[in-house]
Amino acid sequence: MRRVLGAGSAKSGVHHWWLQRLTAVALVPLSVWFAVSLLALPSFAHATVAAWMGQGTTALLLMLLVVVAAWHSRLGLQVVVEDYVPRPGARTVTLVVVNFVHILLAAAGVLAVLRVALGGAA
Amino acid sequence: MPVRPLSPHLSVYKLKYTMLTSGLNRITGMGLSVGLVLLVYWLVAVAGGAQTLARAERVLAHPLMKLVYAGFIIASCYHLVAGIRHLVWDTGRGLERAQSERSAWLVTIISVVLMLLVGYGAWLAMARAP
Repeated sequence: MRRVLGAGSAKSGVHHWWLQRLTAVALVPLSVWFAVSLLALPSFAHATVAAWMGQGTTALLLMLLVVVAAWHSRLGLQVVVEDYVPRPGARTVTLVVVNFVHILLAAAGVLAVLRVALGGAA
Repeated sequence: MPVRPLSPHLSVYKLKYTMLTSGLNRITGMGLSVGLVLLVYWLVAVAGGAQTLARAERVLAHPLMKLVYAGFIIASCYHLVAGIRHLVWDTGRGLERAQSERSAWLVTIISVVLMLLVGYGAWLAMARAP
């Protein structure tokens, strides 16, 4: 027992796998929507972009896109780190940094969209 | 923690194109993580107001950034199509060797067509508003 403890499944693998797929499926329509509506913008000037971001549907979809993409990216990079960072200490530190950066990205993205949508932008 | 061999064991296999399609999915995914940083930077700049956006555009509208955006178009088209292939695999379909060789080509062709379409759309958008 002492030899196998910590060397096997923590039962979190299936959860990771499932969330990776769930976010992947969600990102298919979200990314297509984002590409189409971004390229359909008449200009990238502040007034145009802010008006677009301020619409309810756009704001909602943008926040979903940022959160789901950050989640998917976090899960994906976690696997890359686990594959290529062999030293346990360095691996843990890298994973913590990956986690924090993604939470920061998601929070900053959501806050930015909310500021524009709720009229807080200067 | 016991020392275990790390996968993927890249150096022990003979290279084959089906391996390239898989590796590319990971590489484009990592590139898109960087793209996410840029997307959030742009959103935050817009939220900061017209002056903040104008300052951010010194980076975002730099001529060299066109190369970066082209890279993101290539990466996102590939990752989208290759990702859908993975989702099909998850249902247990298309896992035979002949099928996966065929789908590797299918992914390549569809994603290149998609890249050209999105690239054309981006070119039109840039021509409208540089």
